[in-house]
Amino acid sequence: MSEPVEDLKTTPLYAKHVAAGGRMVPFGGYNLPVQYPTGIMGEHKWTREHAGLFDVSHMGPSFLTLNNPSGDADADHAAVAALVEPLVCGDIKGLKPGQVRYTLLLNETGGAIDDLMVARSPLFPGSLYIVVNAGTKDNDFDIIAKAAGDKAKLTRADDGALLALQGPEAVAVLDTIVPGVAELGFMTYAPFEWNGTKLIIARSGYTGEDGCEILCEASMAEAMWDALLADERVKPIGLGARDSLRLEAGLPLYGHDLDETVSPTEAGLNFAVAKRRRESADFPGAARILKEFGGELSRVRVGLFVEGAPAREGTEILDASGMVVGKVTSGGFAPSLARAIALGFVPPAHAAPGTQLQVSVRGRMQPAQVTATPFVPHRYFRKAKS
Amino acid sequence: MTTKFTPDHEYIRVEGSTGIVGITPYAQNALGDIVFVELPSVGKVLKKGDEAAVVESVKAASEIYAPVSGTVTEVNAELSGNPGLINSDPEASGWIYKIAISQAGELDGLLDDAAYADLTK
Repeated sequence: MSEPVEDLKTTPLYAKHVAAGGRMVPFGGYNLPVQYPTGIMGEHKWTREHAGLFDVSHMGPSFLTLNNPSGDADADHAAVAALVEPLVCGDIKGLKPGQVRYTLLLNETGGAIDDLMVARSPLFPGSLYIVVNAGTKDNDFDIIAKAAGDKAKLTRADDGALLALQGPEAVAVLDTIVPGVAELGFMTYAPFEWNGTKLIIARSGYTGEDGCEILCEASMAEAMWDALLADERVKPIGLGARDSLRLEAGLPLYGHDLDETVSPTEAGLNFAVAKRRRESADFPGAARILKEFGGELSRVRVGLFVEGAPAREGTEILDASGMVVGKVTSGGFAPSLARAIALGFVPPAHAAPGTQLQVSVRGRMQPAQVTATPFVPHRYFRKAKS
Repeated sequence: MTTKFTPDHEYIRVEGSTGIVGITPYAQNALGDIVFVELPSVGKVLKKGDEAAVVESVKAASEIYAPVSGTVTEVNAELSGNPGLINSDPEASGWIYKIAISQAGELDGLLDDAAYADLTK
């Protein structure tokens, strides 16, 4: 367990995980902790109650920056946004300085190549901060760099460390170490100075809780890890609880609930298909996605409360009469609810909350009821409107 | 009273012609928090190596195999409401099922304490 498996990459925090008793597993090409001695259940609950620290350095942070900015902030933003918008369904042009937006990289038929975060730099005109998923990052970066051509340069930042601190006490903890973080609004980011190094901190995450994601130079990663864990409100959290937290939050996981066949509409991500983009129908797969917006949908993502054993990915979903109508794409046990939950795809006729369906687990039928997601309410930070 | 082990980390504690089956402390630690147990039905006839039960952790399901052939005589109903007993007390209150052993000779093919300790070193 102490030596990294060959061919697997390690993050700058590998030694810290091993020292903390992390059970290391291969994930997205990296050697990462699935859990620490606390265990998935305890780590999950700790994050919901206090603050959980996650190493998400396997993900793909990057910067896309205009080669020849004019100096006019809005014109430069419009120019860099125009390079990315043909790839995604979100409104990138409309981002305010420092604003972070969830969007999807789509193929020509409207299927998801990836889901990602795109943010407008609060400081540098014509610069975007883009964070993509681990398993897809090489392809994503190729696509973005190609679209940027000679107009902008894509700089990968995935040689550093990306930490997520999530939970109701996360921001209060981070603010004691990096003063000013508590001023960030939800889904915004800013650069900060800490011990002579620059941090990029976004008020975002994938657990349904308030929290931040911190991009840090590799050389400072261990010091940041230690500084955060020195606060008794913080525990390290592995991939196991990261998955159960995002499942309870009803958030799709790429490669499971999203793939190249699934459109944002099918995945219940209509909010990510910007109104302006729909009106101009200028995104990949617009023909299909606009039809789906009009109601021509063959399947949609639903949440399920499953009675009995957890229904894992791949489990068949059947209607009340026993006809197969869909498949589970993510499923497991929800520690905060002490019951099994799942995400899956079914035809719209079976998708209304309250619909009684069944899942076939090891050949046995178990009741499953369609429910609205999130399973556990999001508790994101919302600034009072002044 | 003897206890034997399988290489899949089940134990069988033999009391006369009955065996009490569960998973070892090593196995429960490797699986992590158990959240659901699928018990066999009483009267089920098992051959050595058959799938007898399933324990589920937050992340995954794991099959529990029959260490020997026989008939299920009793299951630990406590586990339905409190599957975590397998984590907290795997060798006593976290037992899974009892089996009337039909071929006692099969016990000889299982691991004894020392051999199992060796396996999990």
